[in-house]
Amino acid sequence: MHALLTVFAKEFRENLRERRTLISALVLGPLLGPLLFAGGLSLRIERGAAEGDRPITLAVAHGERAPNLLSFLGEHGVEVRPVDYDAAAARAAVRAHRHELVLAVSADFAQRLEGGTPAPVLLYADSSDLAVSGTRARVAALLEQYASLLARLRALARGIDPLTLTPVAIQDIDVSTPSSRSVLALGTLSYLVLLTMLMGGVYLAIDATAGERERGSLEPLLTVPVRRELLIFGKILATCAYMTLSLSLTVAAFAVMLRFTGLERFGMSVNFGPGVGLAVVLCCLPLVPVGAALMTIVAASTRSYREAQTYIGLVLIVPTLPLAFAGAMGLRPRLALMAVPSLGQHFLITSLLRDEPLPPAYLALSVGATLGLAALLLAVAGRLYRRETLLG
Amino acid sequence: MIEVTQLAKHFGAVIAVRDVSLRAADGRITGLVGPNGAGKSTTLRMLYTVLRPDAGDALIDGHSVVSTPLEAARRLGVLAHGAGLYPNLTARENILYFAALHGLARHTARERAAELIALLDMEEFADRRARGFSQGQRVKTALARALVHRPRNVVLDEPTNGLDVMAVVALRRLLAALRDEGHCVLFSSHVMQEVSALCDEVVVIAHGTVLASGSAEEIRARTAAASLEEAFVRLVAGSEET
Repeated sequence: MHALLTVFAKEFRENLRERRTLISALVLGPLLGPLLFAGGLSLRIERGAAEGDRPITLAVAHGERAPNLLSFLGEHGVEVRPVDYDAAAARAAVRAHRHELVLAVSADFAQRLEGGTPAPVLLYADSSDLAVSGTRARVAALLEQYASLLARLRALARGIDPLTLTPVAIQDIDVSTPSSRSVLALGTLSYLVLLTMLMGGVYLAIDATAGERERGSLEPLLTVPVRRELLIFGKILATCAYMTLSLSLTVAAFAVMLRFTGLERFGMSVNFGPGVGLAVVLCCLPLVPVGAALMTIVAASTRSYREAQTYIGLVLIVPTLPLAFAGAMGLRPRLALMAVPSLGQHFLITSLLRDEPLPPAYLALSVGATLGLAALLLAVAGRLYRRETLLG
Repeated sequence: MIEVTQLAKHFGAVIAVRDVSLRAADGRITGLVGPNGAGKSTTLRMLYTVLRPDAGDALIDGHSVVSTPLEAARRLGVLAHGAGLYPNLTARENILYFAALHGLARHTARERAAELIALLDMEEFADRRARGFSQGQRVKTALARALVHRPRNVVLDEPTNGLDVMAVVALRRLLAALRDEGHCVLFSSHVMQEVSALCDEVVVIAHGTVLASGSAEEIRARTAAASLEEAFVRLVAGSEET
């Protein structure tokens, strides 16, 4: 036990002096991830907000054929800009992004309107241009609104109650709470937390195994009268310490940065105070030895530092696979799923952020299954260090 | 004392050590000589418990490296091939790390490290990080690391590799001092002058087998050669003919 702590203390201290470790484990990961995330989120919110009340400028060809429509659009905040386009010119103008949208009124518009048959207007837009889709939807909605206004007036003129034109009344009832709405936006948070946690231990896991062998200090180390499992467990423990630091810093950074994203303005709240932050860290802790042991096993099995880096890059993806899978399948928390390491933690984090606690059995299964896997991987790591092929 | 009986080790199809028996007594310097690939390093690695023998055994002060490797390791000081250090630790910290792994109490370890730093003339770089050490500085640090727990037996794999003349002379003096204190010193080398200058006992090995052992003078006389170098050449050539 003394030897294990000796190895732990030495690895921890030695890596504290390595600028690369410090920057990647304790600065880049924990700050950059949350910063990009919060920045992206607030940009999306800002854009969404701006989109809603941005005045629309609409190019209209042959507006003189539909003066009432034009004044309706004008009343609803659309700035009409008359253009003199035929069909081909309208297409070309939209394709060349001279206008986001072109509305063309057909020659027989007035005549058809008078005759009570559908009167065509053509709305040109480029559906591959995502920036335009919001504006297009707003213009289309206005046109719908104008059409249904005319329909109701016609019905009234013919002595029909306009309400008969609305046979089914649809009412949207949104049962989401402010917290649960924000979870939609925070869907990738647990993914980033788990990834940064793993990244905090990458450098040490490689340095203490493949790096140690490459420097030629592994052989002297194996000559000391200490059981080899204790040597590798000491190294894994040091990796765990860095991962825990990285995890705590990341969660703290998220908690701070999400205060500045302005989710509240959209009726979303972030349930992410110090208490929840601590709970998130605690939920992820069982996954720390799993990641540390897994990365150590992979790094110790490779022949060189470079090879170790390559394989660890792949290993980093493994724990995030269940999350991607769950996201794609739209999986909801179920007791059986809690046994899957990293997926269980994802559900726990999400439930904490939604402020909808999961039953204790869920928590127990997640912790138990993850720690079980950790014990298994530690046993494998111990065996690996007893093998003499370790020296390469 | 180190007693080796019929050690054998193979890696896949390659037989590295076929049959090696030797005795390195206390108060003596024993040299293990042989051409490259003779099995010197593999033999020593089995002695210092990094490799497990396929057959045979070695006793370090009576403790088997096969059945009680930790007990055997406790009684050995090892300068392994390459002398790898931890670049982010100072020379002193490198020494103290191994002292702690050998179970020395903190203040004992500090005293012992200071003693070795003085003995090996390391004061100048003792508290500098090992990154960028010269080969001589590296070997000195590794040597201090190997001796920090006052081992009765000292095993060194090609200790003079890459050292300049001054460092070689200092190393020879240190090994002689260890012998005079009653330690058992076993080292490998392929430099004959070094072996004849330093060793009380010589063990010549090639192709994983012991060809001859005894004092340098005995081996020379037995092969009717003018020098140990010539004796060595005859022995190795003779083993290749058979």
